[in-house]
Amino acid sequence: MSKTDLTRRGVMKTGAVAGAGLAVPTIFTARSASAFVNEPTGGSVTLGFNVPQTGPYADEGADELRAYELAVEHLNGGGDGGMLSTFSSKTLDGTGILGKKVEYVTGDTQTKSDAARASAKSMIEKDGAIMITGGSSSGVAVAVQALCQEAGIIFMAGLTHSNDTTGKDRKANGFRHFFNSYMSGAALAPVLANAYGTDRKAYHLTADYNWGYTTEEAITSATEAMGWETVETVKTPLAATDFSAYITPVLQSDADVLVLNHYGGNMVNSLTNAVQFGLRDRIVNGKQFEIVVPLYSRLMARGAGENVKGIFGSTNWHWSLQDEGSKAFTRSFGTKYGFPPSQAAHTCYVQTLLYADAVQRAGSFNPCAVVEALEGFEFDGLGNGPTLYRAEDHQCFKDVLVVRGKENPTSEFDLLEIVEITPVAQVTYPHDHPQFAGGALGSCNPGV
Amino acid sequence: MLGLNRKDSLLFVVVICLTMFAPFLLNPFPEGSELAQFNAGYPDLMQRFVIFGIFAIGFNILFGLTGYLSFGHAAFLGVGSYAGVWMMKLLTMNVIPAILISVVVAGLFSVLVGYISLRRSGIYFSILTLAFAQMSFSLAYSVLTPITNGETGLQLSLNDPRILGVSEVDGSIPPANLFGLSMRDSTELAMGNWLFTFNVGYYLSAVVMLIAFYVAIRIFRSPFGMMLRAVKSNQQRLNYTGLNTKPYTLAAFVISGMYAGLAGGLMVAMDPLAGAERMQWTASGEVVLMTILGGAGTLIGPILGAGFIKYFENIFSKINESILHQWFAFLPDGLEDALVFMVYPFIGKGWHLTLGIMFMLVVIFLPGGLVEGGQRLGRLFRRRRKTDTKPGAGATEPAE
Amino acid sequence: MDALLLQVLNGLDKGSAYALIALGLTLIFGTLGVVNFAHGALFMLGAFCAVTMQRILTLSYEVVDETRTDFLGNPLKVDVPYVQSWFGDSVGGGIIDWAVPISLLMAVPVMIFVGFAMERGLIKHFYKRPHADQILVTFGLAIVLQEIIKYFYGANPIPTPAPDAFAGSFDFGAMLGMQAGSIIYPYWRLVYFFFALAIIGGVFAFLQFTTFGMVVRAGMADRETVGLLGIDIDRRFTIMFAIAAVVAGLAGVMYAPINSPNYHMGMDFLVLSFVVVVVGGMGSLPGAVAAGFVLGILESFASMAEVVAFLPGINQIIIYLVAIIILLTRPRGLMGRKGVMED
Repeated sequence: MSKTDLTRRGVMKTGAVAGAGLAVPTIFTARSASAFVNEPTGGSVTLGFNVPQTGPYADEGADELRAYELAVEHLNGGGDGGMLSTFSSKTLDGTGILGKKVEYVTGDTQTKSDAARASAKSMIEKDGAIMITGGSSSGVAVAVQALCQEAGIIFMAGLTHSNDTTGKDRKANGFRHFFNSYMSGAALAPVLANAYGTDRKAYHLTADYNWGYTTEEAITSATEAMGWETVETVKTPLAATDFSAYITPVLQSDADVLVLNHYGGNMVNSLTNAVQFGLRDRIVNGKQFEIVVPLYSRLMARGAGENVKGIFGSTNWHWSLQDEGSKAFTRSFGTKYGFPPSQAAHTCYVQTLLYADAVQRAGSFNPCAVVEALEGFEFDGLGNGPTLYRAEDHQCFKDVLVVRGKENPTSEFDLLEIVEITPVAQVTYPHDHPQFAGGALGSCNPGV
Repeated sequence: MLGLNRKDSLLFVVVICLTMFAPFLLNPFPEGSELAQFNAGYPDLMQRFVIFGIFAIGFNILFGLTGYLSFGHAAFLGVGSYAGVWMMKLLTMNVIPAILISVVVAGLFSVLVGYISLRRSGIYFSILTLAFAQMSFSLAYSVLTPITNGETGLQLSLNDPRILGVSEVDGSIPPANLFGLSMRDSTELAMGNWLFTFNVGYYLSAVVMLIAFYVAIRIFRSPFGMMLRAVKSNQQRLNYTGLNTKPYTLAAFVISGMYAGLAGGLMVAMDPLAGAERMQWTASGEVVLMTILGGAGTLIGPILGAGFIKYFENIFSKINESILHQWFAFLPDGLEDALVFMVYPFIGKGWHLTLGIMFMLVVIFLPGGLVEGGQRLGRLFRRRRKTDTKPGAGATEPAE
Repeated sequence: MDALLLQVLNGLDKGSAYALIALGLTLIFGTLGVVNFAHGALFMLGAFCAVTMQRILTLSYEVVDETRTDFLGNPLKVDVPYVQSWFGDSVGGGIIDWAVPISLLMAVPVMIFVGFAMERGLIKHFYKRPHADQILVTFGLAIVLQEIIKYFYGANPIPTPAPDAFAGSFDFGAMLGMQAGSIIYPYWRLVYFFFALAIIGGVFAFLQFTTFGMVVRAGMADRETVGLLGIDIDRRFTIMFAIAAVVAGLAGVMYAPINSPNYHMGMDFLVLSFVVVVVGGMGSLPGAVAAGFVLGILESFASMAEVVAFLPGINQIIIYLVAIIILLTRPRGLMGRKGVMED
């Protein structure tokens, strides 16, 4: 009873068409009825939260969903307001978006392109969602982003780290707040050179799919620029659960660093296996053998237990950041759910706020107006310091965190410590950088 | 009618009515009501119903008639999809060439797989098809990325050549169309609080499914179908009579592979993206489940099974906790929370659990699938009607 | 050379898991004639016995540590396991450390119970039904079991480390007089391999040398005749089902430290195990075990960089490719019997 988040198609029902007892055909596709797809006409607006609820990323999806619910609560004026008070743009006042109450629908991506698109389509077609957001893998993000472009809906990407999302598969209706492979490489390389020296031989194990490829490319080029040598790069099947067959050849090589371009379950298993095979106790070329995990996920790092201690990686955001925005978010999330938010939760929360703010500033839900409001938008106070939503590729540019597995965690959430906050200038690249080449935004699509 | 006997004609007419009036039938609840959550009459899901219906009808031609259980049928659907997207990338956004090429490519691939796999029978056949499909999936996901675009899935882009069409229209990819009629176009009809959507893509798929269904009926009733049934009941005896069954089973295999390709092509026509996970063993398993769940070997069963599974996947996964709270909001707080707590594990992220339970219940209690459930219901009604008109007649009814 | 030796070792290990699951599948199929798609789920349940035992042993009460703060700035609550406060840090810590081996004790009764419940409650009604129905119902059961585990334990992998005594690795290279550090093998994987051998040996000895086993083997060969002799073969088959469940469960328990268990690990193994069973030949126990090890080793070889460079993608498909080749050259797999599951 206390819950009042009504989540049904608030758009064209009741008031507008009720009473039309007789058949009154309305042809929506003929540009007549509204200026853009799913224009909210009632007192509420529906957002679509499309996250993995089944499959290996279900826990990450659940955390994203918590963040979305929190964001909706804050937008509607509930709770302690979270980051609304620290956000540099002050247009959001807790009365929903443009005075309309925010409602939401949820769906399950299953971390599969097809299922994710089906779920997004049902949100658009059935529930009248005006914006789709979420996801926990780049394949899904790219697929749903393309769908939203065709359908004329704004897509605010969730956790997606592949260069392609704002590189060769960028779309005018899609926006990414999360960082990417290139930024990971640019942030990690100097720290690694600092800690391990510039004369290192790296062995890469790479998950055999798009994200793995872009991460491997980004890390090799960034470390090679620092003087490291790449001894070998080996692709591992995504479905692999046991990596021993890939770890053991490392023993025979003269590599002294192992880079695991793996995420999620792959990362947990490959890291665990690498430690089991005593890689961390090895001395090669007179140097201590080291392991690097370019993209850390705290949720998944838990699965690797003790093995993450002392291992470098990068992350988009971490709850131990001490800026006002991060503190406010961690406080309201922690108070509501009893544990600190993950980086996936953070990026999803921020994306929702950014969308709401863009609509508010544009004064319209029209996707083209939103795109215009977000392009080149500079803001602060949402964690990660001053941030730019670059117009050319719809990628956010902000500080990147280099982290290391903590030696003495105080709780099961306290697994990573921040080693360095890499300033945004160091991770910025031209939008036509070779690693991002081959894509075009196209023009914004309002869907009619 | 159309060379069908009376019973089949009746069935065909019923199926025609069901598909043509689906936008009404699947949207029984008024907009804005609590039950509108269960409406399935939106274009994407309706398209899925009929497309997976085609897939399952095709699978049933192989499994239902010959008894050969293929565990790799999704590979044909996937290969067809890739071919279809490539057609759209290279040639034109008109869906006809894409669908045709999907059928052809899937057919060719199934000739290859079928020729090899059909050298074995029983579970050995199943594992061979599974192996082929899993190989296709793994390779499409990784080393074949240049052709399949790997994990992301093959999709259209603004710089596709499209020889007979345009690469882009005002910075957007042109929509898939049938001679200019966009697949995405819909007409909406509002009646009171009800809202019905009629989508071009759906009606194209539905017409294709009706044709596919009609062809399936003809196959079931043809001498060729009889021969396939004979293979199922006793292949050895057929062989002893000097008949070579291989051409028949291979033909059935290829036909059902082409049905899968047709489904793949239609999927692409509705939504131009082909993902590798369409070929995974779980996808192959899904069509097996659809067919058995609906009733293997029956004409209408596979369509029912496909609808059943897709309905669960798309409707139950979207119910979340706050919707539950809304449903039970009329109850006192404590009771409301208790009910939500009890129902919650079965919806939203728990939809797999519900699906698993439904599988088990159907298989345990309805060995013939949903079709048997329908028949039992029908018998129940018929008996009741009989007892209504002639009280006490039930006792004298002769045993069949 | 040493590279090859290492891959053989890796393969033995992977093969052990395949062989144990395939053995159980074949036992069930051979005795009851049922295709059990829930077998992977039994393996997963075993692994979660280890997780549960670890949870039980680390049941804790909270002690507030005023000197440190948690993420919200409140005083930090430190969890102290009861076991540790009852038995002291060293003994208690030791017990927690040995959670995985201890959970073997729990897994046996749990898996026997699950096995009995499954057979009596569900499988029993499916003896006379077509294989397709058996597959469907056990597949449904697998999903249900999996989702129940997910509901309680979440979807992320849960670390269940081996006891510290087995945490290190073993330098084969130095032992064999080769360069030190070139062939390293973790202790726990060796333990797993020998454990698998012991279980396989135990099952074979049980079937070979006990009267019970003899009756079961007779029943596998000709169920009706044994029944006519007045032997209650059904009851024995039920027990065999429970044994198969225990084998899968123990395989899961011991596998937990190798890779952190998650709720879908059973499905990951299921399909491969089926391929293993069929390659071994339906209904043949030695075939299943042999195929398990052969495919495990081949899979390891195929993932060597030299092989992949020569045949890109071979590491992804090797098992299926080998399965196709074997099935085409040997119609009933390595050691299959004629007429089993061929129609």
